[in-house]
Amino acid sequence: MRYMMLLRLDPAKAPVEGPSGELMEEMGKLLEEMTKAGVLLDTGGLRAVEPGAVVRQVKGKQTVLDGPFSEAKEVIGGYALVQAKSLEEATQWASRFLAVHGEEWEIEAEVRQVEEPE
Amino acid sequence: MTAAEEQGAGGPRDEQTRRARRAVEAVWRIESPRLVAGLVRLVHDIDLAEELAQDALVAALEQWPRDGVPRNPGAWLMTTAKRRGIDLIRRNEVFARKLRLLGHELEIAQGAAVFDEPAGTAGAEGGIEDDLLRLVFVACHPVLSREARLALTLRLLGGLTTDEIARAFLTAEPTVAQRIVRAKRTLAKEKVPFEVPRGAELAQRLASVLEVVYLIFNEGYSATAGEDWMRPGLCEDALRLARVLQGLLPAEPEVHGLAALLEVQASRAAARVGPDGGPVTLLEQDRRRWDLLLIHRGFAALARADAAARARGAAPGPYALQAAIAACHARAVRAEDTDWGRIAELYRALAAVAPSPVVELNRAVAVGMAEGPAAGLAVVDRVAASGALDGYHLLPSVRGDLLARLGRAAEARAEFARAAGLTRNGAERALLLRRLAEVAGAGGGGGGGAGG
Repeated sequence: MRYMMLLRLDPAKAPVEGPSGELMEEMGKLLEEMTKAGVLLDTGGLRAVEPGAVVRQVKGKQTVLDGPFSEAKEVIGGYALVQAKSLEEATQWASRFLAVHGEEWEIEAEVRQVEEPE
Repeated sequence: MTAAEEQGAGGPRDEQTRRARRAVEAVWRIESPRLVAGLVRLVHDIDLAEELAQDALVAALEQWPRDGVPRNPGAWLMTTAKRRGIDLIRRNEVFARKLRLLGHELEIAQGAAVFDEPAGTAGAEGGIEDDLLRLVFVACHPVLSREARLALTLRLLGGLTTDEIARAFLTAEPTVAQRIVRAKRTLAKEKVPFEVPRGAELAQRLASVLEVVYLIFNEGYSATAGEDWMRPGLCEDALRLARVLQGLLPAEPEVHGLAALLEVQASRAAARVGPDGGPVTLLEQDRRRWDLLLIHRGFAALARADAAARARGAAPGPYALQAAIAACHARAVRAEDTDWGRIAELYRALAAVAPSPVVELNRAVAVGMAEGPAAGLAVVDRVAASGALDGYHLLPSVRGDLLARLGRAAEARAEFARAAGLTRNGAERALLLRRLAEVAGAGGGGGGGAGG
């Protein structure tokens, strides 16, 4: 089964200097471990400071909003797509993902199963 | 979970306890292969190692729901298992005697030094990976029967319970348990060393390891018995094992070849099951349902296989060639875009390195598509004449397809009827009977009974 881990954080509460070298190294080690365990299918970080865009459709009418989105408090900072045996296993990997972040980070991971044919 | 626990369920506290329990079990699934591998290195016996690992799991089930999962659960489990080992040597004469028999006389005399490790050795990355690799080679050792190798590999390296393995193979739980007990006994009796083979032996033993993973995948991909066409859980277990092997043996071309083959085959999982649960042949599959992520992973693994082979000055091995064939199909956006000439060529190369009547049968399908049904039929008839595939349902199935395309309807129908009588899989039988019914006077399209 596949699970999508969506990592959410509030940029206002994140360390201004961004991820430390130590965090990047720990994260690298964890990602390598997850790859070698055959669990990690794909992962990536999303740029929070760069302007992005939102395409919205309401009653068939589309609007395109360009970033940055100051009104949005929480942003998705990254994702990881994993193959796991159960929601609990995926949650366990999510927990390890968060654990490499130090105490200065306020961060959460939402774990959702990917729809797949039976 | 037992029936009694189930009955007591209901309140929020019960729900919380069950959640905590499931969380511990999930950690266990992640950590148990490395834990058991490390313990086998220390005690030189799988049975004893599993016993200690189980004790550590029991301790975790007691403590973690109360205190939370420790920061480094793998290290916690290892420390707990070792402590339990030291305790057992002191208090349990039977355990100590077992260890003495395994050659730990001196260490026991020195006060339970079996479980002493210089700081750093156990935690070092290379250490754990070497332990895992040794366990892989022991679980897939040729002294064991094929069934025993599959069961032991899923149990020790896949972290599956005996019950899960039994369900995956539609076998009774006691049968699988027996199989594992006997396998462990055989390994002990034959004094199979806990080590990674070297030199010429490595190639031979690696072939056995790759075969085990391949067979696990195949059992999930085209179930040989029962009514379900696929058991995706087994495919995922095999894929995970193949990826673990890629990490452990990055210089081995065939390890990447196998991983590539399995990733690309798995990419078709959704498309090869019809709405009625029955099989859909490769050429009839809705290719939009192929999993692009797995296809790309397969291509990446195939590139690694090629690079590793080149680095060694070796030609592509059988798994890499099969992966290359699977990749040819994956590259064709529509079935009619398939480069059958290239596929026939790859089958010829495969037949040269790993000659087998099944490969020849697949080559017949490719030749039939590249050069026409008459050329394909000539290849099939040579295979049939050899008698090597008598009783194999895909031989009459492929022959039936080619005959139908040649407009020889009566002969084609007879072949499909024969194939339907030979398969043990219910869903596949239904497909073959449908083909039979479809063959009218005019030769129809279709083709490619093999593969998928």
